[in-house]
Amino acid sequence: MRAYAIGGFGRSLMGSEIIIKARNLTKKYDDLLAVSSIDFEVFRGECCGFLGPNGAGKTTTIKMIQCVMPLTSGSLTVSGLDVSQKQREIKKMIGVAPQEDNLDPDFSVMHNLLVYARYFDIPKSEAVKRSDELLKFFQLEEKRNVIIDQLSAGMKRRLILARALINEPQILLLDEPTTGLDPQARHLVWDRIRNLEKRGVTIILTTHYMDEAAELCDRTLIMDNGKIIEEGNPVELIRKHVGEDVLEVEYDDGVMKDLKEKLPEALFEVVGDRIRVFTAQPHGAFESFIRDFPTKGATIRNANLEDVFLKLTGRQLRE
Amino acid sequence: MKTSDSVAKRFNLPQLTYRVRKVWQRNWDVFMKTYKVNFFPPLLEPILYLIALGFGLGPLLKSVDGRPYINFIAPSLIAISMMNSSFFECTYGSFVRMYYQKTFDAIVATPVSIEEVIAGELVWGATRSLISSSIVLGVVAAFGLVTSPLFLLIPLVSFFSGLMFASIAMCFTSLAPNIDFFNYPAFLLITPMFLLSGTFFPLPDFAQIIAKAFLPLTHVVTLTRGLISGNLESSMIISVVWIAAVTPVFFILSINLMKRKLIK
Repeated sequence: MRAYAIGGFGRSLMGSEIIIKARNLTKKYDDLLAVSSIDFEVFRGECCGFLGPNGAGKTTTIKMIQCVMPLTSGSLTVSGLDVSQKQREIKKMIGVAPQEDNLDPDFSVMHNLLVYARYFDIPKSEAVKRSDELLKFFQLEEKRNVIIDQLSAGMKRRLILARALINEPQILLLDEPTTGLDPQARHLVWDRIRNLEKRGVTIILTTHYMDEAAELCDRTLIMDNGKIIEEGNPVELIRKHVGEDVLEVEYDDGVMKDLKEKLPEALFEVVGDRIRVFTAQPHGAFESFIRDFPTKGATIRNANLEDVFLKLTGRQLRE
Repeated sequence: MKTSDSVAKRFNLPQLTYRVRKVWQRNWDVFMKTYKVNFFPPLLEPILYLIALGFGLGPLLKSVDGRPYINFIAPSLIAISMMNSSFFECTYGSFVRMYYQKTFDAIVATPVSIEEVIAGELVWGATRSLISSSIVLGVVAAFGLVTSPLFLLIPLVSFFSGLMFASIAMCFTSLAPNIDFFNYPAFLLITPMFLLSGTFFPLPDFAQIIAKAFLPLTHVVTLTRGLISGNLESSMIISVVWIAAVTPVFFILSINLMKRKLIK
């Protein structure tokens, strides 16, 4: 997995320049505290993921960074510029791919890019050149003159990403970039995002998919109820919170007793009729348990970011 | 104290730059993509009215101010087209762009501000008024109903009247919880104005005072009537002043109301 390979490299990048900095950042709507006095930094060139259940405050944070939502209190700077003062300067260096499709339905693929380029004062000839390159980069060249209504969800999503890059941004904000896409489209989008990161674009993304965060992010910030409850490299977070492996077995009072005896330091989680067992011990601990106590339906798998996420944010549904 | 603060906030001067034009240009591009559909109604509607009311009903009526009835309604049709095109552009049209297409969200992610987006929409509404009324003016001229070279001033009237109706419309858009809401201003404001602003019958004196106070279309009709017939009246000055005073108030108010709606 790439997250492994990049682990150490990602850390070393973090010593570098801070591009976004939030201090006591707070957003209140009427009675609802959407973001509650959070502090964070984003470093130039990294891919930073905001994770959290619905209503955690991810999109609100993104909207404050892109200068379309005023802060209630605290401070937020992008490239040293205050988001409350220098909106235009900041918006010039940011590319935004929102959650919802807001392409212009009356225009063709190409015209969507050209109209968007106009808002950034990009001269026509330059806009055409960049649009052609972007359509190629996102494999949309054949759809150049197609009207938006005739595109699939995956194509629309790619076009939104292409549009977000028309101003050659230093920072790319991606709000759930692959929600609703099929696996093929998802992998293509991931590949393009990694490619952009290699070119030095700072990427901030929100996602509900833990595999996506593990795949793409150098660093993740886990939010819940408007607060940042944990942050770090995905691999390190997994190691820290859930260890290397997870054992899953069918629930049985006898098995539970055996487990508690053999693995006294482990954490047990019972969900439905399954028991999940987490341990800080290295590989092999679960294998020897199964050897000693052959158990029905036992599986050992790698611990993942989803385990961390559920452990930290709980299993309650958020609506 | 608090109320007067919030009232003052509704009249903050918007900070506008050349970027307003880019928003206008986007709407123009869409309009030109579907121009055939867009040119048809303003062309057909006045012809139908002139035939039905002018040639059909007109001969049954006494002349108005010594002229045939068809000459009385011709300038009204021009004024009505200004009102309808700009008002519906900045209610239904703007609402679709804001709510269904999320076009405003897409634009404010660029260096264009929300104030400029709304101002661009308003100027576009005024442009729709200019386009529609020019077509209606052409139809009226083709029927031989333009009798003064002063008609050349009508585009000017059209743009500013259009801006006024667009701004009033945008205030309703800022209050609209859903698109069906626009039935209220359409039936409670636009339809009465269409019929009662000295458009299809001359208003008696007392009614004229009320109409001039509350129905902006009355002033627009006064101007178009004077300009295509060449019969200038002193009341036209009042109408110019009325439009010039009301337009900036609603222009600024509507931008602030939309900002309040969109920026949480």
